[in-house]
Amino acid sequence: MTLLKLDSVSKRFRGLVAVDQVSFAVPQGAIFAVIGPNGAGKTTLFNMIAGAMAPDAGAIVFAGEAIHGLAADAVCRRGIARTFQLVRPFPALTVEDNVLIGALLHRHEVGAARVHAHALLARLDLLDKRQRIAATLTLPDRKRLEVARALATEPRLLLLDEVMAGLRPTETDRMVAILRALNRDSGLTILLIEHVMRAVMALASRVLVLDHGVAIAQGPPEEVVRDPTVVQSYLGAEAD
Amino acid sequence: MMVPRVAGAGRRSVLLLGALLAAFVAAPFFVNDYLLTVLILSLYFAYIGQAWNIMMGFAGQLSLGHAIYIGLAAYVAATLFTRLGIDPWIGFAAAIPVAAACGAVIGFLAFRFGVAGVYFAILTIAFAEFARIGFDNWNLVNASSGLFLPVTQYAHNDVWRLRGDPTMFYYVILAATAVAFVLCHLLLRSRIGYCWLAIREDEEAARAAGIDTFRYKMYAVTISAAVTSFAGVFYAFFYNNLFPEQVFGISRSIEIILGPIIGGVGTLFGPILGAFVLTGLAETLNFVISASGLDLPGATQVFYGVCLLVVMAALPDGVWPPLARRLGVSGDVK
Amino acid sequence: MPLDVYLNVAVGGVLTGLVYGLMALGLSVIFGVVRVVNFAHGEMMTIAMFIAVVAFSAFHIDPLILLVPSAAVLFVFGYSLQAALINPFITRPEHAQFLLLLAVAIIISNALLIVFGPDARSVQTAYALASFQLGPLIIDASKLYAAAAAVVFTAALFAFFRFTLVGTAIRACADNYTGAQVVGLDVKRLYALTFGLGAACVGAAGTMLTLVVDTTPLVGPSYTLLAFVIVITGGLGSLPGALLGGVLIGLTEALAGLTFTPSLKSMFAFAVLVLVLLFRPQGLLGRRSA
Repeated sequence: MTLLKLDSVSKRFRGLVAVDQVSFAVPQGAIFAVIGPNGAGKTTLFNMIAGAMAPDAGAIVFAGEAIHGLAADAVCRRGIARTFQLVRPFPALTVEDNVLIGALLHRHEVGAARVHAHALLARLDLLDKRQRIAATLTLPDRKRLEVARALATEPRLLLLDEVMAGLRPTETDRMVAILRALNRDSGLTILLIEHVMRAVMALASRVLVLDHGVAIAQGPPEEVVRDPTVVQSYLGAEAD
Repeated sequence: MMVPRVAGAGRRSVLLLGALLAAFVAAPFFVNDYLLTVLILSLYFAYIGQAWNIMMGFAGQLSLGHAIYIGLAAYVAATLFTRLGIDPWIGFAAAIPVAAACGAVIGFLAFRFGVAGVYFAILTIAFAEFARIGFDNWNLVNASSGLFLPVTQYAHNDVWRLRGDPTMFYYVILAATAVAFVLCHLLLRSRIGYCWLAIREDEEAARAAGIDTFRYKMYAVTISAAVTSFAGVFYAFFYNNLFPEQVFGISRSIEIILGPIIGGVGTLFGPILGAFVLTGLAETLNFVISASGLDLPGATQVFYGVCLLVVMAALPDGVWPPLARRLGVSGDVK
Repeated sequence: MPLDVYLNVAVGGVLTGLVYGLMALGLSVIFGVVRVVNFAHGEMMTIAMFIAVVAFSAFHIDPLILLVPSAAVLFVFGYSLQAALINPFITRPEHAQFLLLLAVAIIISNALLIVFGPDARSVQTAYALASFQLGPLIIDASKLYAAAAAVVFTAALFAFFRFTLVGTAIRACADNYTGAQVVGLDVKRLYALTFGLGAACVGAAGTMLTLVVDTTPLVGPSYTLLAFVIVITGGLGSLPGALLGGVLIGLTEALAGLTFTPSLKSMFAFAVLVLVLLFRPQGLLGRRSA
C-alpha cells in the first residue's frame, strides 16, 4: 500500500527550476532515501511535502488525501513529522520540554505528554540529559533530540533531512540502529535525504536520485549505485 | 534574552514567595503615605509587566502598544461610571472583551498577513497612536480636555465601588498582582504555555511540530490584552482622571515594558522585580532632584533610557535570572 | 470647498512629503544594509531640528545654508552610534537591537527636553509667508525650498551609491554580508558609514522641516513612527519606495487635515499603513519574498 505519492511535483524560484516534475511513491513501512548532489532540490522537495512551501505544479497525496498547499502544522497533524537540515530544537528549553511539545499534538494533558516524552527520550538515549538546555547539547545529541521531537507527534511518515550529516561513523551507526529499530518495531515509514551513502545502503529499501531537480534514477540501492547515469552525475563526482 | 526554563519548584522558591507575600501584606502598617504610593505604583507596573510578559516573554511577540489596552479599559470603566453610574467591577467585566477584541484585531491583522518581529511592534504602536488621536478628538469622552471621576469623601473603604484611601488601593493592586502571578504560573505549565514557548523559540519548528501558530499567537495577544485591562480600570479609579495623551502615549507603552526587560523577560518573577527596581530607583532620583531644588522634567525618562541601555548591554537576560541563581531558586520560579 | 483649495493643499502635501521621503530614505538605507531597525530615527531628526532652530535664533543662519553642516553633524553622530553601540549588538536578536535603539531614543528626546525645555520653537525666515503663484496654484516658498533641497540631497545620495567605490561596497554589503567579508571589506566600518549616511539623510530632512513645522523636544516618536509608516508603505528596502511612500503620506496627511481636522491627520497615515498591510504587505514598490 502506498503511503505517500508525488505526482509531477515542480517548484520554481525566480525562474530557476528547483524541482522538475518529480514523481515517486513511498510504500507503507518502507525506508525510502532521496540522494543527489548539493543543490539538486532535495530540501525543496522535502519542504513541499512537509508544507513549508507549496508546489507550483503537481500533486502530493498522503494516505489518500491531497496535502499539497496545506500549512506545515496541518501536514504534521495528518501524520508527517520532519527534522531540519540545520538542527532546530527549541534552544532555550530543556530536552524534555522539547519532546513534550511534540507529544502535546495528540495528548491534551501536559502530564501524559511528559510520560510519552520520557519513553521517547529513553529510546533515543537522551533520558539522562532530559533536564539539559537544548542549546548546550552536542550536535549528535541535538540531532537525536530533533528525531525524538518529531516522533513525539506520532507520525506515520518521518521525514529526515540529512540527519547523519556531521556525525562520526560510530554516531552514524547508532542513528542507523535507532531508525531501523523504529521501522521494524512500529512499522514507521521513513523518507530520508542523505549524503552519507553508508547509511543509505544500510537503511533504504528504495532510493530516488535527484539531479538538478530531475529524478534521474529510482530503485533498490544496489541497483541505483550501479546505474551509469547516477555514477556519472553524482557518485562519481563525489568519490574521493 | 530569553531565559531557559528550569523544572522543579523547590521548597526554597515557595518559602521565598511566602515570605515576600507576608511582607507585602504587612507593608502598609510600616510605611508612610509617600512610600505607600511608591509601592502602589510599583505593583501597578508589576501587574502590567506580567500581562505584557505573556505576549513577549512567553509567546515571543513584541508589543510596544500595550497602553492601548490600558487606555481602552480605563475609558470603558470610567465612562460607564460617570455616565451611567455603573460600578467599576462591572465596568471591568465590560472592559475585558473590549480590550481582548482590540488585541484580537491587531493580532489578526499582523499574524494573518505575516507582519512579524519589529514590524509587529510598529503596528502595535501605530494602533495605540491611532487610539490616542481618536480619543483626543472624541467628544463623548471629553476629548483632550479629559475625563474626570467624581471624588467624594467616603466614610469607609468601598472595594466594590473602588472608592477609598490608598491602603485599600494598595491591597487591590497587590491582590491583582498575586492573581496575575498565579495565572502566569498556570499558563506557563499548561498546554498553551508550552505551545507559546515553542513559538517564541522557533516559529517554523513549532509549526513543524504541529502547532497552529496563528491560533496560539491569537491566544497570547487576546489573553495579554484581557489581563492588561484591569490595570486600566485601576488607573481610572485610582487617579480619577483620564487624558488620552496620558494613557495612550508612546511613553506609557514604553514604561510598561521596562520593568519586565530589566527584571527578566519570560520569567515569572522578573516583571515584578523589575517594576520595583525601576520605580524605586526612579523615585529616589526624583527625590534627589527635587531636594537639590532643580526642575528637570525629562530626568526620569533619561534615567529609564540609561537603565535600559545598561541592562541590555550587561545583563541581556535581566536582573532576575542571575539573582535567582545566587538565591538558589529556579530562575523561573515554577 | 473650491477645487483649487484642494489642489493647493495637495501640492503642499506633496512638497512636505518629499522631505518626509528623505527622512524615510535614511531609515530604509540603514535597514537595507545594517539590518537594524532604527527606532531612534525621529529623535535623531529632532537633534537636527534643534541645530537649525538654535542656529537661526542665535545667529540668523538660514536652515537652507545649514543643510550640509547639519547633515554632517548627524553623520558623525550616526557613525559613532553604530561604531560604539550598535556594532557590539549586531549578533544579538532583532528585538534586542530594537530595544537598544529605543533606549537611545528615550535618552535623546529627554536630554533635549532638559536642555531646551518643552516649548515649541520655530524658524521665521524672510520668506516664511512668501508664496509663488503658478496659474491657479499658490505654492508656499518655504515648502518649495525644503522640497527642492530634499530632492537635491536625495539625488546626491543615489549618485553616491551608484557611482562611488564606497557606495558600491555598501551595496555589496547589503546584498551579501558574508560575501562582503570574504572579499575583504571591513563590514563593521561600512555599517558605521551607512548608519552615518542614514543619519545624514534624517539630519538634512530635519533641517528642512524646520521651515515647515514647529520644533519641540518630544516630536521624535511621532516622526519615528511616520518614517516607519512611510517605509512599510513604500516597501521595505526599496529606496524609490521610501520616496513614493513619503509623498503619498504627505499628501494623505494634507488632504485629511483639510477635509477633517488637522489633529486627525496622522490617523489617516495609520489607516494607509493598515490598508497596505492588508492588501499589499510587501509595500507598494517592495518585492514579494519567495
